[in-house]
Amino acid sequence: MLKHFFSNPLHLVLVQAGSAAAAAMIVVLLARRRGIHLENETLIAMIRGLIQIIAVGSILVILLRGPRWTGGLLLAVMIVAAGATSARRAKGIPGAFTVSTWAIAFGAGSVIAIMTWLGVIDSAITSLVPVGSMLIANAMNTNGLALNRLRGDVLAHRGEIEAALALGAETKVSVSPYIQVAFESSLIPAIDSVRSLGIVWIPGLMAGMLLSGVRPLYAAIYQFVVLAMILAASGLTSLVSTLLIRARIFTSAEQLILQPGR
Amino acid sequence: MNANPVSDSGSIILRSENLGRVVNGKVLVDDVTFDLWASEVLAIVGPSGSGKSSLLRLLNRLDEPSNGTVYLEGIDYRQIEPRTLRRKVGLVTQRPYLFPGTVGENLKFGPAQHGQVLSQESLDDLLAKVGLRGYSARNVANLSGGEAQRVAVARTLANRPLILLLDEPTSALDEASKFEIEALLLSIVLDQRLTCVIVTHDKTQAARLAERALVLESGRVVRMGATSEVLHA
Repeated sequence: MLKHFFSNPLHLVLVQAGSAAAAAMIVVLLARRRGIHLENETLIAMIRGLIQIIAVGSILVILLRGPRWTGGLLLAVMIVAAGATSARRAKGIPGAFTVSTWAIAFGAGSVIAIMTWLGVIDSAITSLVPVGSMLIANAMNTNGLALNRLRGDVLAHRGEIEAALALGAETKVSVSPYIQVAFESSLIPAIDSVRSLGIVWIPGLMAGMLLSGVRPLYAAIYQFVVLAMILAASGLTSLVSTLLIRARIFTSAEQLILQPGR
Repeated sequence: MNANPVSDSGSIILRSENLGRVVNGKVLVDDVTFDLWASEVLAIVGPSGSGKSSLLRLLNRLDEPSNGTVYLEGIDYRQIEPRTLRRKVGLVTQRPYLFPGTVGENLKFGPAQHGQVLSQESLDDLLAKVGLRGYSARNVANLSGGEAQRVAVARTLANRPLILLLDEPTSALDEASKFEIEALLLSIVLDQRLTCVIVTHDKTQAARLAERALVLESGRVVRMGATSEVLHA
């Protein structure tokens, strides 16, 4: 319908963006009526996301014409940004940024490196950066979910953890049930994405390939390849992150650092 | 139970020396010094927020002192591996915090942490001591508050601690269970001549259980001595 009113492509895309953002804000306002306040966080996230994607898009245009190493540089910057974003879900855990960045670098980075070496991901920047960014973004989400769940569970089960410590348990034993749950629950979205592929959703990458004339079977298989890589990168990230963070929530004298309100 | 602990054994098992803890500028425990004699029961009493539980948590190093230290059998406890220290200085908390599973699994947990297996005989003995004979296979989810606290006591005793720290062990229980647990603790402590520190806000409970009392206010020791004298001062 908007096309009837806006003939200028720039105007049209801005109005489309505004409509999508308005839909998101309506949901936020509905949530507000139930006492859930996400207005500021959502508004800032949307404005920030829009500015970032326009900025990155502009930089990409330049980088895509540059030498191959720029692709690696761009992915490295993305990993650091992803580490900073998901570390915010681990409030009160010292060193969450370092842990998150290393976990994403190891989880997503190793999958990107191996798959590029095998030729599954084309090493051309036009392929490496978009596919790599998908792996990093999903690893970031998984890492945020894992840390958030772990933080919540540790705070909720502080009594049980300290009871185990008081009985002479090692720190890793005292938190092992919560590490396991954090790891498992962080992977639910990635596993469900693969499970529901083609039935519940047709991912953007596949849709784009179909629209650009790629044969459906090839597009479908490549989409599966990408989702399998996402699952591998996310799983590895969550595994590394939960193992590294385990050491950060205790002092060297095996005392629980995470306390409510800190 | 109001025997003189000093004459009973005459040895200091634990010494708290200028112990203090400050969190975010707030003083929780302030320069607390006292000796704990072998086989005595010491009550720490005081109003809510006076630092009783904070002091107890410092004694088995669940929290780190901001200043001062604790000597266990003459050794600065910072030189003792925390896990070893906590086995020796067992803690029973206000709420039992049992692990999911059976009563038996809970009792076996402590010894298993240092590679020991609690024999069925020892397990049965411990359960008999806390009045829960035959409860080994019961799921902890089906226990009453009083039963759960008994399991928590038995679980701590399974580690054969030198000192038993009790943090208001009856405060979350109803009146009937409270007196049952109190009687149970008294019999265990007397039978095993166990050294015990009990935190309570209830002066009458302190008088029933302990020979000596230490009164805390705003984290500081304001009185210390024989229970009968200190609590009626």
